[in-house]
Amino acid sequence: MSMRRDECFAALARMVGDDIVVSTYTSAFDWIAARDHALNFLSVGPMGLASSSGLGLALGRPDRRVVVLDGDGSLLMNLGTLVSIAAAGPRNLVHCVVENGTYEANGGHPIPNRDMVDFAGMAKAAGYRHVATLASLEQFDTEMPRLLALQGPVFVCLKVVPGATAPRQGDYAYLHGPEVRQRFRDGLRAI
Amino acid sequence: MDTDVAAGARQETMRGSSILAAIKSAGVSHVISVPDITTSEGLLRPLAGDGDLKLVRVCKEDEGIGIASGLAFCDRRAIILIQQTGLMDSLNAVRATACEYQMPICFMVGLLEKEPGVPAVHSKRFGVRIVPPILDVMGVVHDTLELESDVARIRPAIDLAYATSRPTVLFLGRRPLA
Repeated sequence: MSMRRDECFAALARMVGDDIVVSTYTSAFDWIAARDHALNFLSVGPMGLASSSGLGLALGRPDRRVVVLDGDGSLLMNLGTLVSIAAAGPRNLVHCVVENGTYEANGGHPIPNRDMVDFAGMAKAAGYRHVATLASLEQFDTEMPRLLALQGPVFVCLKVVPGATAPRQGDYAYLHGPEVRQRFRDGLRAI
Repeated sequence: MDTDVAAGARQETMRGSSILAAIKSAGVSHVISVPDITTSEGLLRPLAGDGDLKLVRVCKEDEGIGIASGLAFCDRRAIILIQQTGLMDSLNAVRATACEYQMPICFMVGLLEKEPGVPAVHSKRFGVRIVPPILDVMGVVHDTLELESDVARIRPAIDLAYATSRPTVLFLGRRPLA
């Protein structure tokens, strides 16, 4: 069972308000379509570091909630981050992995051991305070508000399939451009 | 006392306490680290007990680049304390985050097996002498610290990195005194 990523993100956008949200690669295109906001941090360039950037933001702004929309391929490139985040213990960090089982930005090839990897189980074993796996939109609507309200670090595995093509899908020049980082910097300084 | 005789002068090896004081004076709030034997006793161990600096222990060095980047967006200063092997392992993150995205990522890097008093590029160790030229190709500013008198260059290097939003690498060419 899984949910459409665009529908999941549309629901999430209604829940997170003015939270800092870190998204990465294909999820970033869907996320900026769901929430066009100055507090979107688009983590591209060094694949795998979305959660690490999220940790830095959570440590730097303990007064704000930080939600990371990691990729499953991205997280597999930086699995140690689960232990580092658990050790740092930021109460304001919600780390989601958007699991579609593929390296979607790189041709859609499957991740190693697809459908067998238990991301929430790994996060729990690493020491996250709370973990969950959400596999349907109904479950997401019901459970996610409660998970967002918990003391972090919280880990949520979102089982998704691609939805509609986002308007900026594939526009990496935009994701990599300096304007998005300046907008984020200005947004952070304004709150 | 560990000393180095150069041009007839008696020069003191840098002290960890002096390095910590310099880091603090530069406004650094967080140190992100993977342990390195060059800096283990003289720097990392006293740092771990220092109440003014927050130590973030990470599993792999490139995590530090993401964390320091996040902190920089929050106007918080950080140092990534690692070994040159970890720096080499993190070059893609340095390339993207620090160089192309122009983030003020500051490294303090123990040079494992560098011979004291010998410039890194002249080291007999392959894993040492290749490092500065690689950073030169990437346009990353770097400096090597060995003596107590070198510690005075730490704060200006960090200040410059944040003023220009560029990375900087401070190599520690010998073990700091505890």
